[in-house]
Amino acid sequence: MGSIFSLQQILNGLQLGSIYALIALGYTLVYGIVRLINFAHGDFFMIGAYAAYGSFYMFNALVAGRSGTLAFLVLLAAMIGGASIAYLTNKFAYKPLRYKPKLSSLITAIGVSMFIEYFFSALPAIGPSYRSFPDILVRKEIRLGNAVISNLVIIDLAVAAILMVGLTLLVRKTTLGKAMRAVSQDKDAARLMGIDIEKVISFTFMVGGAFAGAAGLLAGMTYPRIFPYMGILPGLKAFIAAVLGGIGNIPGAMLGAYIMGIAETFASAYNSLIGEGIAFAILILVLLIRPRGLLAEKIADKI
Amino acid sequence: MLKVTNLKVNYGKIEAIKDVSFEVPDGKIVTLIGANGAGKTTTLRAISGLERAAGGSIVFEGKDITNLEAHKIVPLGISHVPEGRKIFPTLTVKENLELAGWTIKDKTEVNRRIDQVCEIFPRIKERLSQLGGTLSGGEQQMLAVGRALVTGGKLLLLDEPSMGLAPVLVDEIFDRIAAINKQGTTVLLVEQNAMEALEIADFAYILEVGYTTISGEAKAIEHDQRVREAYLGV
Repeated sequence: MGSIFSLQQILNGLQLGSIYALIALGYTLVYGIVRLINFAHGDFFMIGAYAAYGSFYMFNALVAGRSGTLAFLVLLAAMIGGASIAYLTNKFAYKPLRYKPKLSSLITAIGVSMFIEYFFSALPAIGPSYRSFPDILVRKEIRLGNAVISNLVIIDLAVAAILMVGLTLLVRKTTLGKAMRAVSQDKDAARLMGIDIEKVISFTFMVGGAFAGAAGLLAGMTYPRIFPYMGILPGLKAFIAAVLGGIGNIPGAMLGAYIMGIAETFASAYNSLIGEGIAFAILILVLLIRPRGLLAEKIADKI
Repeated sequence: MLKVTNLKVNYGKIEAIKDVSFEVPDGKIVTLIGANGAGKTTTLRAISGLERAAGGSIVFEGKDITNLEAHKIVPLGISHVPEGRKIFPTLTVKENLELAGWTIKDKTEVNRRIDQVCEIFPRIKERLSQLGGTLSGGEQQMLAVGRALVTGGKLLLLDEPSMGLAPVLVDEIFDRIAAINKQGTTVLLVEQNAMEALEIADFAYILEVGYTTISGEAKAIEHDQRVREAYLGV
């Protein structure tokens, strides 16, 4: 094994960062539009992983052999799973509290998170125990100097990159994206334009959920073990990544997530316990030194 | 065209509007005049669906729109230039105008209206690619009115269009409002600048702490001794 800062570690860090980025974007999108820290967001990630798991076995029975098509269908299922739970959470938990004090929503978010976790543990089809995640694609590896690059690294980075570019185009270029930015900036003005802000908010939740769902699949493939509480820690770390980048800021969430992924990987290579703790050390440092996050001042747009 | 009857609006336990009634006839300019806190802004917000009415009714072109959601009121033909302009600061001027056409399916029509706004306000045309937040106060006011023109209501609600503007600009904005009215848009104007408002209005209503008290033709109101003392400072 090489040094802590080897190419291998950088790749591992980028891979972890990609997963954090997809989760962090959901936190930041939702915060941008309703100023709510959605603590149930990590659980959307978990739902995505289970949707991928279930759909893999379902599609595998229909389509023989492991193929790119199968993997794509599973990705779609994971994203739909994440989007659906996000839609339902917003509709039944957050929307009724929209014009109530913020604290109500925050406490509700914690409640929703625990509800999803315990409910899924209690479901006989899922259960509280670990499951090993199947190999959706045949693993391949190439050697590059001392580093071993698996096809999973490339897939994780590519899926995250494609989704992030897609999101940026959606928000910057489309009418719906402009409506999202308008709602995040001034809800009354958006309503006076004739925008149904609840629809835009619901759509934003679903995009965030879909991204968390995709992250669930990637995490399942990369660290092949899933369980109903798997969303707690990645959710928390992705939230810290979003805060690090400047909560509400899209490029900030991406930047924060990659910094977190790389920092955690380097620290783990030194000592695995420090690796688990580094995220929280970063959080404390950010809150002390730059509480609004890295990109908060450069880019004022809050979505 | 618009008939507000015994309107009541509460903010929590505070009664912001206790009993407001007035009418806006088709094609006219009607102004609501009153001191700060009289309930002018709240009245407009209730009409466009931003506030819920606790009582009374709002009827627009024969249709009861009391407590209809804002996004359903806009397509009926009411556009509202809100207090403080509420420009989207990190959207460009063009994007601000495009969003104002949200309820219009035909996007070539939206572009046609944006061109029209550029004709009425040449300053806006020069600023199309700039961010809304970088405009001066006067330009933001023009953009706010421009947005309402793109939305294209039959009834235009204007909340303090002269606020914070240099006197030259105030005259300009009022000229434009009169011109927009001449082209067939009915206007409901809320103003602290009572003198200017009465100049262009056909009818006026005085609002006092949540009640409509005095009403009549603008010319008559202008010469009403009580109004002159309280609101015109003469």
